[in-house]
Amino acid sequence: MKILVCITHVPDTTSRIAFTDGDKKFDANGVQFIIGPYDDYALARAVELKEQSGGSITVLNVGGAETEPTLRKALAIGADDAIRINAEPTDSLFVASEIAHVAKDAGYDLILMGRESIDFNGGMVHGMVGEILGIPSISPVMTLDIDGDTAKMAREIEGGKEMLEVKMPLVAGCQEPIAEWKIPNMRGIMSARTKPLNVVEPSQNQSGTTLDKFELPPAKGAVKMVDADNVAELVNLLKNDAKVI
Amino acid sequence: MSSILVFVESAEGQIKKTSLEAVAYAKGMGGDVTTIAFGTEVSDSELQGLGNYGASKVLHVKDDRYNKGVIQAYASVIADAMNKEGADVLVLANSSLGNPVSARVAVKVDASLVSNVTELPDTSAGFKVKRSIYTGKAFANVELTKDKKILAIKKNAAEVKEVGGTATVEAFAGSAADSDFSTNITKTEKATGEILLPEAELVVSGGRGLKGPENWGMIEELAKVLGAATGCSKPVSDMDWRPHHEHVGQTGVKVSPQLYIAVGISGAIQHLAGVNSSKNIVVINKDPEAPFFKAADYGIVGDAFEVIPKLTEAIKAAK
Repeated sequence: MKILVCITHVPDTTSRIAFTDGDKKFDANGVQFIIGPYDDYALARAVELKEQSGGSITVLNVGGAETEPTLRKALAIGADDAIRINAEPTDSLFVASEIAHVAKDAGYDLILMGRESIDFNGGMVHGMVGEILGIPSISPVMTLDIDGDTAKMAREIEGGKEMLEVKMPLVAGCQEPIAEWKIPNMRGIMSARTKPLNVVEPSQNQSGTTLDKFELPPAKGAVKMVDADNVAELVNLLKNDAKVI
Repeated sequence: MSSILVFVESAEGQIKKTSLEAVAYAKGMGGDVTTIAFGTEVSDSELQGLGNYGASKVLHVKDDRYNKGVIQAYASVIADAMNKEGADVLVLANSSLGNPVSARVAVKVDASLVSNVTELPDTSAGFKVKRSIYTGKAFANVELTKDKKILAIKKNAAEVKEVGGTATVEAFAGSAADSDFSTNITKTEKATGEILLPEAELVVSGGRGLKGPENWGMIEELAKVLGAATGCSKPVSDMDWRPHHEHVGQTGVKVSPQLYIAVGISGAIQHLAGVNSSKNIVVINKDPEAPFFKAADYGIVGDAFEVIPKLTEAIKAAK
């Protein structure tokens, strides 16, 4: 089985979010970048599927040279080779059309990625890739098993899940508990250094949006503390001050 | 103003509240609002009732093949409806079905697509919207550059208002090809009758401070008295104390309730990412240094096992 795992290179979930260049650029100063947590689940499941039934895993990112350590980490976790599409992504459509262009005619049985990136939270790339390629796209996927040429999945819905089956090829946007995150071992880290990482120039240059500017939410007011022996006061505040109960 | 189409979802025959917000949002943009609804489980009278929220017309794909949310089939029919109605804008609620469907529609009709939209568009120069990014920690103002636009709106982006009126319901033929139904949904497991966490107005959430799943009775009791949904922190769902769909946080459910009560949750930044769109946050924790207090509106330093039963009684008394 041939699997493509698309990953994002995003700020660690504990990062302080700030902007520069007149609020037009993310301030990466002092920020640690990671594989998107949802993409990391997709990659972990791909590694498990390869362990079960063989095949190959290609990992792909759309980004500049600074994202290569993130791709190397994915190689250390278990991908066989990597593709970096050398472009600063502008929006979901930009990323999706570049991925689809690379994937077209490449014969991937599964194209996996996270349900959304944790920077822009768009949650749209998997669906767009599926539509451009004319194959099914399923998201958010909680479990994924392969039976012959069919993928069996659980998709999260509000308050539950639905079980579904679809023939490959397909695109899936993944989330927990599809697999446990994998930590690269020393052998993986060593072998990742020599695995192929191919840089491809962008060719589609599609986009549907342009950024005007970023902004931060207004600062939160001070917390009102209530004594533990006076819960009636909290109820009073919720009822008459916040007016929520 | 251009013609606007709104994709409305229903559950158990009822239009979802988040979809009513999408209708209210579209109405707020001005112009005529047409909606599209799927399946045979939603009644004509329920659909006519969309008029009360600002819709003038409902396209009803009254066909049981659409009772289950097959992503490709929904996308094909919505794209077809946009073309036939001459709609330049599609509005829908962010949801587990709406988002994957809208991504495909955007490619089909060549539209600009933005999700997690939090405010009405600014059309004074171009067509700009504000969207939530970095899991609620920031916003981006973006311009939609294509002629057609799709907006997936975040919960609370618009206030549902009753405006009076009835919508006309028209049958709309589901035009999806057989190949669009290649995904076979074999089973749906859904909590019924419960308040669903992603859509809840009130949420009571518990963390490791509760010490074990056997202590969740008091969380459920408090939630019941309030009419709230129950949630939990990631460690709690990782340890299987609570089901995964209750996990609130960066990689779990993001909630936007009027009131979020966190009990025995320290407030790791990954948890805060799931609750930072809440209107009011109450934190109850025995550790006065718990970081969650910094993100809270109201706080009690105390033992959950003493405070929660008292709080439940006090709310009962106040009702």
